[in-house]
Amino acid sequence: MADLSINLAGIKSPNPFWVASAPPANTAYQCHNAFAAGWGGFVWKTIGTPIVNVSSRYSALNLGQMRMAGLNNIELISDRAPETNFREIKECKKEWPNHAIIASLMTDTRDNWHDFMKRARDAGADGVELNFGCPHGMCERGMGSAVGQNPEVIETIVGWVMEAAEIPVIVKLTPNVTSVVPAARAAKRAGADAVSLINTINSITQVNMETMCPEPYVAGLSTHGGYCGPAVKPIALNMLHEIASDPQCEGLPISGIGGISNWKDAADFIALGATGVQVCTAIMHYGFRIVEEMKDGLSDFLDSKGMKSVNDLRGLAVKKVTKWENLNLNYKRIATIDYDKCINCNLCYIACEDGAHQAIALISPDGHDLGPGRLPGKLIPKILEDVCVGCNLCALVCPVDDCIVMVDVPTGKKHMSWKQYQEGLAAGKLKPIPAHP
Amino acid sequence: MPLKSFLTAKVAAENMHEKKPKFRPQEALVEAERCLYCFDAPCIAACPTGIDIPSFIKKIAEKNLTSSARVILESNPLGASCARVCPVEVLCEGACVMLDRDEKPLQIGRLQRYATDHVFENNIQVLRAPAKKNGKSVAVIGGGPAGLGCAAELAQLGYSVTVFEKDEEAGGLNTYGIAYYKMRPDVSIEEVEMIKKIGVKIKTGVEVGKKIKVAELEKKFDAIFIGVGLSSNALRLNIPGENLPEVVEALDFIRELHVEPLHKVKLARRVAVIGCGNTAIDAVAQAKRLGAEEAIILYRRREQDMPAYPHEYASAKGDGAEFWFNVLPVEVLEKDGHVTGLKLVRTKVNDQGKAEIIPGSEFVEPFGMVIKALTQAPRTDVLKRLFPKLKINKDGTVARNEVTGQTNLKHVFTAGDCANGGREVVNAVGEGRKAARGIHKWLTGEAAVGPIQKTRYGVKKPYGSGLDHPVRAPELEEEYYAKQK
Repeated sequence: MADLSINLAGIKSPNPFWVASAPPANTAYQCHNAFAAGWGGFVWKTIGTPIVNVSSRYSALNLGQMRMAGLNNIELISDRAPETNFREIKECKKEWPNHAIIASLMTDTRDNWHDFMKRARDAGADGVELNFGCPHGMCERGMGSAVGQNPEVIETIVGWVMEAAEIPVIVKLTPNVTSVVPAARAAKRAGADAVSLINTINSITQVNMETMCPEPYVAGLSTHGGYCGPAVKPIALNMLHEIASDPQCEGLPISGIGGISNWKDAADFIALGATGVQVCTAIMHYGFRIVEEMKDGLSDFLDSKGMKSVNDLRGLAVKKVTKWENLNLNYKRIATIDYDKCINCNLCYIACEDGAHQAIALISPDGHDLGPGRLPGKLIPKILEDVCVGCNLCALVCPVDDCIVMVDVPTGKKHMSWKQYQEGLAAGKLKPIPAHP
Repeated sequence: MPLKSFLTAKVAAENMHEKKPKFRPQEALVEAERCLYCFDAPCIAACPTGIDIPSFIKKIAEKNLTSSARVILESNPLGASCARVCPVEVLCEGACVMLDRDEKPLQIGRLQRYATDHVFENNIQVLRAPAKKNGKSVAVIGGGPAGLGCAAELAQLGYSVTVFEKDEEAGGLNTYGIAYYKMRPDVSIEEVEMIKKIGVKIKTGVEVGKKIKVAELEKKFDAIFIGVGLSSNALRLNIPGENLPEVVEALDFIRELHVEPLHKVKLARRVAVIGCGNTAIDAVAQAKRLGAEEAIILYRRREQDMPAYPHEYASAKGDGAEFWFNVLPVEVLEKDGHVTGLKLVRTKVNDQGKAEIIPGSEFVEPFGMVIKALTQAPRTDVLKRLFPKLKINKDGTVARNEVTGQTNLKHVFTAGDCANGGREVVNAVGEGRKAARGIHKWLTGEAAVGPIQKTRYGVKKPYGSGLDHPVRAPELEEEYYAKQK
């Protein structure tokens, strides 16, 4: 069994799975249930001056019967008094001394930040997370993403916080920026111990065609909400990588957030540089017990790779992402079809024909075995190998696992990136590659 | 003993509940979302009316039921009936690619019912005829599936169409001859109403040759379509006792449920059904469901020789029907003018596949009712009387061009059971539509737009990546080869 424990900027937890600061992390009751279910950490729902919420708070993007591929919310930070939250943190910490409890904080003045830092420490929190990401409601009041979108303000506020910090400080970043890197750099400059990302993305999920009002519906109106869930994972991974690969952010621990629903998602984040991960939507969908699948899956995966610790996985894929200009122009792959698996839906054909590069033909099925559902004479797809650019589209649309496989084709040519190509052209060593007909 | 009914109205209704009930909305969505939206889907090619199945299923998944039903009914105006009575296992569902993926094909028939029920239940007319008629008119003899398929297609092409139907209601076997647990006759009646709404005139209770002469039709109409189907009388057994009152035709037995209250349909405690086609299956299942203690199929050949579909066979066995193979009735036994049993002989199938009687193997079995489900006889006499010069094949079917439906009389077209010898409802509708297009071509010289079976075959180099092979749908195939020449 691989060791799943982590140490994120001095915050120790028995596994890398933390409940994110969100509706599942609102109370001591939830904290107990989460730890009992197996979560390693619990980032308390953001503590601040108590707010008032509206009724009707969430809305979702469903993909057919798949519910909540994306979730959007307009709920604000904790609606409970700071003293209640800090008292409950203290109670929970007493009961779960080896689990991580992080107090998420949001306030305004220097004095208030100092006050909150002291109270968090006194409550026994293992660390704090500064909510600079909330994109709805709080930002209209000059907090949340209003801070996170301005690196100078981040630097100032983190500076105030660090003046009073005796426990590790994580800065939670907003994705609602052109680049997340300046925000991370500002946090690091100001002395933050770690960053976490991403917070939710500005969004409107849909319009109700009867009321012409988007969801969530609040008495005839709606507002943009924060988007999360499986749909945002690729965006989160990209932003995570931007920070993990930034030389100025080197050594800055990262807590990954954004659509993590299973162990593989978590492994993606860790491989791209996260020390641990935070989860919300999957809990809102399935409950705390979903962590069992995450822990077992990650542990078994690490075992299968001979890794002793989850930390061995961290960052392994960071260097595998480079600029486009460094990619090998002489690499070639093409699609191959396993006719034993092909069910003759011909989706690959029409995807390539209408949507890509016209590199699949339909040919007579003669000589190929017909499965039970095959119509005699029904044409089957064939890859036109000389036309195929290896774009992967057919393999992506194919509804049968491992039916269309992309295979490397040796070109016998040396590695040549766009950069090298341009240099070669400039030096007169290379001839221009003819344009595609 | 005279026949009698056994069940109360409540029990009869329960026993005759629909075998494939309507999907609930979520069931339909879950099922529709399984569809892969195949390109040039095999299910389309497997449908004799060429319904664009992936298209209508996609529309169900998108909760657009009206458009879904339009896709279905434009291709097959009897799409609601076919959804219930088609042998989907050997047609669309039997061609579903899912059979090769996870072995459970899409439930296309039930999805089709779900979409078409929506428009009929909500009284939404999805079929449209052009506002301007083309000035030509066609008489359709016979208001069964072939005639209705032809009439609906012609109306959509701008023709004035009049259907002449001898029965009280149009729909033919679709109204009178479908097993009650598969479909209620109202579905057929609703489809007829829908076809009337696109301007097709349907004259019921009018038998051509009696109330109106063919010569009159020829004068009034530009073309005539024959869709008279087969005779409701099957071939005869030609054995003693065949004329006893408890010896009935399977189609008449099935028809009774459509004209009598279910619990009033009479039968015996022990029922023999002679023959083993799909109509025999319907009759034996119906007898069992109406309270017969034993309902037994008697078939002169072996299990593997029976013409019934395997799924129908399995279903009847599930209903408790029994199957006796290699037996042949030689006499209907009687007492006081009522059936008491059958004298049977055992048979064996010879090398030519024919059943031979085993000498000395006679035995007697008690039965109170004998249902004959033999091959339906052609209407040769009627056809000869109406069209003395019409060419009839040796098997009694009307000779025709397979693609256009044209007979040796240039202005007379045909399709359905009278031309194909007896196939499914969906075959009749599909052939009727093809004949409508044949009529259109003959009268206007123009081809109707779009193939009956929609595919993108025919896109050829240099515009595509090389569809160098011909299409499967025969009418497209012809077009394709014509272009190649």
